[in-house]
Amino acid sequence: MASAYLEFIRIRFLTMLAYRVNYYSGIVIYSLNIGVYYFLWKAIYGDASQLGGFSAAQITTYVAVSWMARSFYFNNLDREIANEIRDGSVAIQMVRPYSYLLVKFMQGFGEGLFRLVMFMLPGLVVVMLLFPLDLPEEPWRWAVFFLMILFSFLINSQINLLTGMIAFWLENNQGVMSFKRVLVDLLSGVVLPISFFPGWARTVLEWLPFQAIAYLPGSAFTGTLNGSEVAYAIGVQAAWSLALILPIMLMWRAARRRMFVQGG
Amino acid sequence: MAAIEVERLRKTFRVPEHRESLRGALMDLFLRRYKEIVAVRDISFRIPEGEICGYIGENGAGKSTTIKMLAGILVPTSGRVEVAGYVPWRDRETFVRRIGVVFGQRSQLWWDIGVIESFRLLRKVYRVSETDFRRRLDELTETLQLGDLLHRPVRKLSLGQRMRCELAAALLHNPSILFLDEPTIGLDIVVKTQIREFLKKLNREHGTTILLTTHDLQDIEALCSRVIMLDEGMIIYDGSLEELKERWSRGREIRFRFSEPVEPSGLAALTDGLPVRWTAADEESARLWVPREIQVADVLARLVGALPILDMSFKETGTDEIVRAIYQSGSASVPAAGPAGNASVPGVEAAGGKPVPAAGTAEAAPVSVKAAGDAAASAGPEEAAEGEPGEEKRTEAQVRG
Repeated sequence: MASAYLEFIRIRFLTMLAYRVNYYSGIVIYSLNIGVYYFLWKAIYGDASQLGGFSAAQITTYVAVSWMARSFYFNNLDREIANEIRDGSVAIQMVRPYSYLLVKFMQGFGEGLFRLVMFMLPGLVVVMLLFPLDLPEEPWRWAVFFLMILFSFLINSQINLLTGMIAFWLENNQGVMSFKRVLVDLLSGVVLPISFFPGWARTVLEWLPFQAIAYLPGSAFTGTLNGSEVAYAIGVQAAWSLALILPIMLMWRAARRRMFVQGG
Repeated sequence: MAAIEVERLRKTFRVPEHRESLRGALMDLFLRRYKEIVAVRDISFRIPEGEICGYIGENGAGKSTTIKMLAGILVPTSGRVEVAGYVPWRDRETFVRRIGVVFGQRSQLWWDIGVIESFRLLRKVYRVSETDFRRRLDELTETLQLGDLLHRPVRKLSLGQRMRCELAAALLHNPSILFLDEPTIGLDIVVKTQIREFLKKLNREHGTTILLTTHDLQDIEALCSRVIMLDEGMIIYDGSLEELKERWSRGREIRFRFSEPVEPSGLAALTDGLPVRWTAADEESARLWVPREIQVADVLARLVGALPILDMSFKETGTDEIVRAIYQSGSASVPAAGPAGNASVPGVEAAGGKPVPAAGTAEAAPVSVKAAGDAAASAGPEEAAEGEPGEEKRTEAQVRG
């Protein structure tokens, strides 16, 4: 059975590859994003050497790396699930001897792998040439970073599964999905590192899963987290990955009873 | 052992009720009103192994909902359902290995990849061994003539070609029970015949139990030893097609052509005293309706010799007409106006008073086909604008689909 799930990763990867033309525009847009934030942060720092625990060099690296990581963990599983529920093709998924959510997850992973290999890694090289980044020299930081963005993918996908399944209850969950998208980008630390938020907000955000998606891996990579802090950050990510399994299972069980199939 | 056993099975859906006007829409925002729709009302039936059973009824009668409960897709509201010894919704992942399902209006193949790739993926999903897969595929390729289709992407197949591939896809794991939801919808007569022949062969050689819903009664005539007829979520007939025809066709029609003009009033005089009815088309032809309880010989005895009969033909009431009449009356019990002694039909459950119409639930689907799997992953316009790497391609794929 495991081989079937792996097959879904492979097929999604190949499907993405077959339609790769559009991903060039993605490179441009990501570079623009990184560029804009790069100059924005430079302006904000001005002569200051350190803000929110980040030095000017660290923050630009943080921005670049976070955006590149986002290209890996980002996926549209919520939209895919919502669409399949809305057009009724979820029925086909239910007559197959596999777990629907796990298959979706694997497809998301195939997509993530595609972006990692075809976009993130080459993109990182391009970004390094364009902007003076302060990349870590210790190999373990690189290793930890890749482990941590794996967790980022896991948590982000779990949140997407939950958001997508809302379509079982709402006829149209577009609004919820857009809201989630903004929420994740804003509160995960891609746009603004968590340490820049005011104290009360930081306390709240530290108790939410979003910071585990972008802020923690970015911080570990740029060196604002060290030693045991990194271990703790990985622990937080692992805890969230486990904690989110329960609501997903409960929601799926409820959805099975609620399920109705649109269009016969 | 029965392949399918259903007892007092019921499914209700709760659907939001939309109020009219802007004010109503605003009220909907805050206070949703729901109404309960009973799609399937406490139905019971048993289908033994190896039977081909037709499941018919108008749109919205609850056919698809029943099939979806039998296939483990929907969880019943109440009642008992057992298929191949499993409770479908509870043991879904193990149970679905035993069944094959084809939805005429949905594709189960992956839109973007070749047919053979879809089959290989299904082989892994169903854990079919390579040798079994090869043997099965060869057999299906031959009987369904898939040969040159296998290497084409699904989106480039015609509906008839796709349907044959869908059937093959549903049978790769050699299921003992096959559910078909309108398998011949939209197909031309050649493909329809081909598919019917294939299903007959499948049933004969592998003993596969088949339950199919259809609107094409020729499917039923060609395939089914048994018919279950559904109306507004209730079974109104369960028995053989022969019996249905026999009980319901209240008579036959004899068509005459005359060699010289005949006065219509003269015709009625000839059959005076018999409960028959003449319809004169013109002076040189006429139709005579003879109820079942009258022997044709008695009628003809009076006519032959008295009329200049050039030609004569008999017409039995067709299944189409019978079924249309039953749909219209909403009950398969023979109406009181019918011939005496035919008042009850075995296996008919009293339909009683007409319940609230349950239209517009799970049925009445547009004839559009959506591919399962990867093609369904579409990126909204919002996405396209934001340019996630490699996303827009799927919008394009959908447009083409």
